[in-house]
Amino acid sequence: MADLAFWMIVLLTIGGAAVVVLNKNLVYSAIALLFTFFGMAGLYVFLWADFLAGVQVMIYVGGILVLIIFGVMLTNRITSVNISHSSVQRGIGAVVVLGILSILVIMIYNTPWLQVEAVEPVQTVGKIGYLLMMDYLLPFEVASLLLLAALMGAAMLSRKSN
Amino acid sequence: MDNLNTYLFIAAILFSLGMFGVITRRNAIAVLMGIELILNSANLNFLAFAKFGGMNMSGHIFALFVIIMAAAEAAVALAIIINIYNNFKSINVDEVRELRQ
Repeated sequence: MADLAFWMIVLLTIGGAAVVVLNKNLVYSAIALLFTFFGMAGLYVFLWADFLAGVQVMIYVGGILVLIIFGVMLTNRITSVNISHSSVQRGIGAVVVLGILSILVIMIYNTPWLQVEAVEPVQTVGKIGYLLMMDYLLPFEVASLLLLAALMGAAMLSRKSN
Repeated sequence: MDNLNTYLFIAAILFSLGMFGVITRRNAIAVLMGIELILNSANLNFLAFAKFGGMNMSGHIFALFVIIMAAAEAAVALAIIINIYNNFKSINVDEVRELRQ
């Protein structure tokens, strides 16, 4: 049963990603991205990352995807019915990407990964909070500065010029 | 299903699809979607190595920072794209090639 759920989620993720990059309609791509993000959240649950699955749904689906759909809306004339977009150099792009993929697959298959057995944690939030406040305090503070700078920069850039 | 290689293969496929989107799409927003796919595949790798490396929580922290960075990047990139649209009336990345208006 868990196997079936796992492969369904994998299919949802990869199928969604394929639609994102192959579909002609930009809005369809954005909606397919939604399925990919939800599938990723499901995979995170399989990887025992419950907190990050929640964060994924909140930030990617609730934030970034809404932002992207806003971008689609603002950069296409709303009267134009056909919000389509084309691709260029599909053949050579596919060749390059299949080359990269085959190199990655060969590398993954041939590397003897060091693996350590672990028990499933009850929850991960406590440990993440502890690490954020102890070992990773400086990156945490820098991340807040980065978000502030990005907020001000985005507001500044998207404002109508005076 | 539950071994490291499965997750690494899924992440590799997602990375390749995102890369394909980045190099073939003309619309800048679609390129941005490809970048989000690549960031997600990196996150999947971090979490897979975290689980199969003895549940080391540093991988989770790294994934969290990647998500934070993706949010900042998406906001700034969309602001830039909207500016480009206001100046050029087009956001196809192969048509926007002039530095002056």
